[in-house]
Amino acid sequence: MTPAGTTGPVQVTGEVLGVKKVGAHHLLTIVAPGVPERFRPGTLVALGVGGPLSQQVVPATYPIHRVRPTGAYGGTVEVVLTADDPSSAWLAGTHAGTAIPVTGPLGRPFALPKEPVTCVLAGEGAAAAPLFPLAERLRERGCAVHMLLGGATERHLYGALEARRATRGVTVATRDGSVGLAGTVADVLPDLLERTGAEVVYAAGGTSSLHAVALAAERHGAWSQTMLTDVPMPCGTGLCHACVVPLVGEDGLTRMARACVDGPVVRGDRVRWAEVGTVPEDAR
Amino acid sequence: MTRPTADLGTDLAGVTLPSPVLTAAGCGGTGRELEPYLDLSRLGAFTTRTLTLDRRPGAPTPRLVATPGGVLSDTGGQNPGIQGFLAAELPWLAQQGVRTIVSLAGLTLAEWAELARHAGAAPGVTAVEVELSGRYAGGPSLDLEPFGAAKAVHVVRREVPRGVPVLAKLTPGSQLVDVARAVVKEGADGLVVGHGVPALAFDPVTLTPLLGGGSPSLSGPAVLPVAVRAVAEVHAALPGVPVVGAGGVRTGADALQLLLAGAAAVAVGTALLADPGAPDRIADELAGLLAEHDLTRPADAVGLGHTVLEGEHA
Repeated sequence: MTPAGTTGPVQVTGEVLGVKKVGAHHLLTIVAPGVPERFRPGTLVALGVGGPLSQQVVPATYPIHRVRPTGAYGGTVEVVLTADDPSSAWLAGTHAGTAIPVTGPLGRPFALPKEPVTCVLAGEGAAAAPLFPLAERLRERGCAVHMLLGGATERHLYGALEARRATRGVTVATRDGSVGLAGTVADVLPDLLERTGAEVVYAAGGTSSLHAVALAAERHGAWSQTMLTDVPMPCGTGLCHACVVPLVGEDGLTRMARACVDGPVVRGDRVRWAEVGTVPEDAR
Repeated sequence: MTRPTADLGTDLAGVTLPSPVLTAAGCGGTGRELEPYLDLSRLGAFTTRTLTLDRRPGAPTPRLVATPGGVLSDTGGQNPGIQGFLAAELPWLAQQGVRTIVSLAGLTLAEWAELARHAGAAPGVTAVEVELSGRYAGGPSLDLEPFGAAKAVHVVRREVPRGVPVLAKLTPGSQLVDVARAVVKEGADGLVVGHGVPALAFDPVTLTPLLGGGSPSLSGPAVLPVAVRAVAEVHAALPGVPVVGAGGVRTGADALQLLLAGAAAVAVGTALLADPGAPDRIADELAGLLAEHDLTRPADAVGLGHTVLEGEHA
């Protein structure tokens, strides 16, 4: 256990409060005292999976959806997961009372604008989860918030109803056209930027989706803050150096930066998107 | 009522450490990543990433996959280079009162000498680790044969001041004891025994290796018995040489096993990925276990398992 303070991560033994199925996803709520107080939108939590006899020795890292600092059970943390890998499937199958080692909040959060500007928040599937607490913070600052939610099908959308309550406008896109516009977040974003005149785009998702978001933002003359959610982060604390992406620094030099500590939120115009997964020749 | 615990003070090759629990090379980041979870000054010592002469951007991703009871990894030796480390990382470690073991990997004897000169001249270096597997420098595995290993250690020992111990890091293998003898003869003050085990895994979907290229190695609890055996063999052959046992330590009981095999200290690596606060916990558990066995300090347990191995105990 780490000493009390109000910044930086803590390491606690959490406890599952409940798991709720939401379309194609699962909403997992964990009692994790100390994490909510330190949370900022865009940060991560590393969860020990498999129980005490597990043969898996690395945790699984997820974007934090919501936190509740107080409550009948103590502070809670929510994550939204899609049970398509063994760790997520195990977490989705847990019951109230299951002990889960929790480390968090981890990483660099979304940078918030100093002025009340118009923002578009875009995410596909479960990757949209960290955008909801961000929307709240932005609205508190007087920003006009538009949300763009994508998914393979209607079942894969996350939080469309909630988004309608929380934001000025919601655009929905499904790849199969089952609801909303037909296409991906990347297909729909340029029109939305034009229509809203957004100055900042906040996005969470896979690298190809974020690449498209960063390009669209740049063409529109907007800033982009992109949260990497599909880069495997085996520890979440920066120790293992397995989640590196080529990132251009203020000095113009490319470094292999760790998505978990130098991110997960990075400026969209700083990532060499096409070269993610490789080590560029000039990387330092 | 508090449970009785042992004093964890440990001598390693003439250096006094507050605990026999160290971090392993490459697993503790720059040290700063551990700070939120650990009292770094309580740590026996912090071992740096293995440093090369020039900075290395490392291997492409993926670099790490989970395997049963461990991880298969290959970072390609990403590190800021010895000068980058000395300028940007060592001062902070020294400021925090962290005893720092600088892990080095050279490609040629000239490189070994230059690395050792830089590390040896820096204030705040507790010991130097000579990483002989070749997997970080990108050269041949020097720890597979006594001659090459001994030459590298000889060169490093010559350049590092007397009060700073030189520890040779050896991968378990058939030549282990011969290599250990050779490096000690050439001036190694101690040995780090145990390392990631060269390993491989395939993806049944793509039919290709799970980690592309490079030389992945297996670490974590799966390799603990490999490390215990290797330490026992080295201790039996060279009972007077201080050994840091490395491989899969996750609990105080794991650490005690390595001590019983003959290690004076243990290095914690992969366990940090799931539990960055592990060294404090392991030290507390070890202190409790030693006290339970009426052992007053870690040194009392070192090699104790051998009396049983040799049948001296009934």
